[in-house]
Amino acid sequence: MSLDDLYQEIILDHYRSPRNRSADLDPHDVHVHHSNPLCGDELDVRLRVDRSDPTAPTVDALAFDGDGCAISMASASAMSEAVVGRKLSDAEDLTEAFRLMMHGEGVKREDDLLDGVAFQGIAKFPVRVKCALLGWMAFKDAVTTYAAGRDEHRVTND
Amino acid sequence: MFDATTIRKDFPVLQRQVHGRPLVYLDSAATSQKPQAVLDAITRFYEERNANVHRGVHALAEEATEAYESARTRVARFVGADPRGVVFTRNATEAFNIVAYSWARTRLGPGDIVLSTQMEHHANIVPWQLVQPEAGFELRYVPVTPDGRLDIDGLERILATGRVKLFTCTAMSNVVGTINPVADLAGRVRAANRDCVVVVDGAQSVPHLPTDVLALGADFLCFSGHKMLGPTGIGALVGKPELLDAMPPFLGGGEMISNVTLEGTTFNEIPYKFEAGTPAIAEAVGLGAAVDYLDALGMDAVRAHEVALLEVALPALLAIDGVTVHGPRDPHERGAAVSFSVAGLHPHDIGTIMDREGVAVRAGHHCAKPLVRLLGSAATTRASFYVYNTVDEVAALVDAIEVTKRFFNG
Repeated sequence: MSLDDLYQEIILDHYRSPRNRSADLDPHDVHVHHSNPLCGDELDVRLRVDRSDPTAPTVDALAFDGDGCAISMASASAMSEAVVGRKLSDAEDLTEAFRLMMHGEGVKREDDLLDGVAFQGIAKFPVRVKCALLGWMAFKDAVTTYAAGRDEHRVTND
Repeated sequence: MFDATTIRKDFPVLQRQVHGRPLVYLDSAATSQKPQAVLDAITRFYEERNANVHRGVHALAEEATEAYESARTRVARFVGADPRGVVFTRNATEAFNIVAYSWARTRLGPGDIVLSTQMEHHANIVPWQLVQPEAGFELRYVPVTPDGRLDIDGLERILATGRVKLFTCTAMSNVVGTINPVADLAGRVRAANRDCVVVVDGAQSVPHLPTDVLALGADFLCFSGHKMLGPTGIGALVGKPELLDAMPPFLGGGEMISNVTLEGTTFNEIPYKFEAGTPAIAEAVGLGAAVDYLDALGMDAVRAHEVALLEVALPALLAIDGVTVHGPRDPHERGAAVSFSVAGLHPHDIGTIMDREGVAVRAGHHCAKPLVRLLGSAATTRASFYVYNTVDEVAALVDAIEVTKRFFNG
């Protein structure tokens, strides 16, 4: 396994030019803060939900911000592109597809993951898998928090 | 004449390559590499003299006991201590736990203050926190200044309460490298309270500085063998014999007793009272060999070598655009563990890329989260030097940082 598996050009591109990275999202419906004290990663995800179809709420907009390694920040960026515009239930399913991919259990919904597919090689670096998952897990938590009728959730992982 | 290039040849692992490049090992503050003399001493012990200590009447048992106790004597001499006050432990962490459980827990109570510092390794924070609820003492910390030194005014304010009964600090920070003026600090705490017990974390200082436990003014000194060319699994609590004598045992079992009945037990004399069960005999022998190796180099020469490396490394690191070095800038005020940050780059990414260049550094919070947080970051990258590191390796470190910057910044 080589360094190129860990830091592919697509990943470096998201790291150097992050998409949807912003300290705020105005307005937003839910804000989650996830931290990993072991590596010191901090991540904020803000989510705005489009409720024009009450039966199928949709990710209207998402902003992330944080402090962490290249993998964690690039993965949050790639996640943001993949989930915006999707129904919440569909985006949750996509999150599960990403999680399974990172645990080496095959690639589902390859086209929908967009640049998220580039993180597949990180499954070979067990200590960095949690870095790649940070953004996706924060997004999943944002959806769960929203569904529970709350607008704020802080989580400490390790 | 101290020559790191020659010394390196004594360390088998330093001859290997990593990712196709010569290993540049700059993580000795985490654990040092071991010279052939230490590896041979351990192997020879098992091949020629292996037996349990202090019990058997046969020849091997006598030789094993002699080897184990000889190691104790040499470790004692290395730090200027009475061998009766040298308790072999697994590591510095266990040494702190003995003082916390057997001294602080039984001697201190409500109204008393245990004073640690914000500069400490978790090993000098968590044991006090563990016994604090039962003992009921107050646990406070000497603040650290932005340049990584203990705040003496802050210390004096806490001492002015007159309630500090135990003071503990590191002699050399494992993160910012600061060498603390331990003898001066011990004088201050005893001026405020004559009976205050002084505990010193020597995990970083004993491997790198000439050490005299009496000159430090320490009642207890804790250190690990594996950071001073010895094996893992062996360390020492060096204590004043009269203090150790008056303390209850920490662990119970064989070796630490003088008589056992089903009704009760009388305990062995020090230091055996604190060495329950079969000790790490071969590891102690290995530590004895490590001490011999360091003695042969001379600790003054070891220190001078590291100052010389720092005189090259500190300016070279500071000259790199975007690099911040934490802690004192004067090589004479600090040890050879150098933490730094690179603007915009995360230590784990730096560590990963540098590893591919063959350079082994530590990335993270270095088991001193409160201090690293004070530095304004969640993690740092740390390069730490020892007897076998060369000026060429300082250059390799600088090159690897430049490679890392180019990799991520494009």
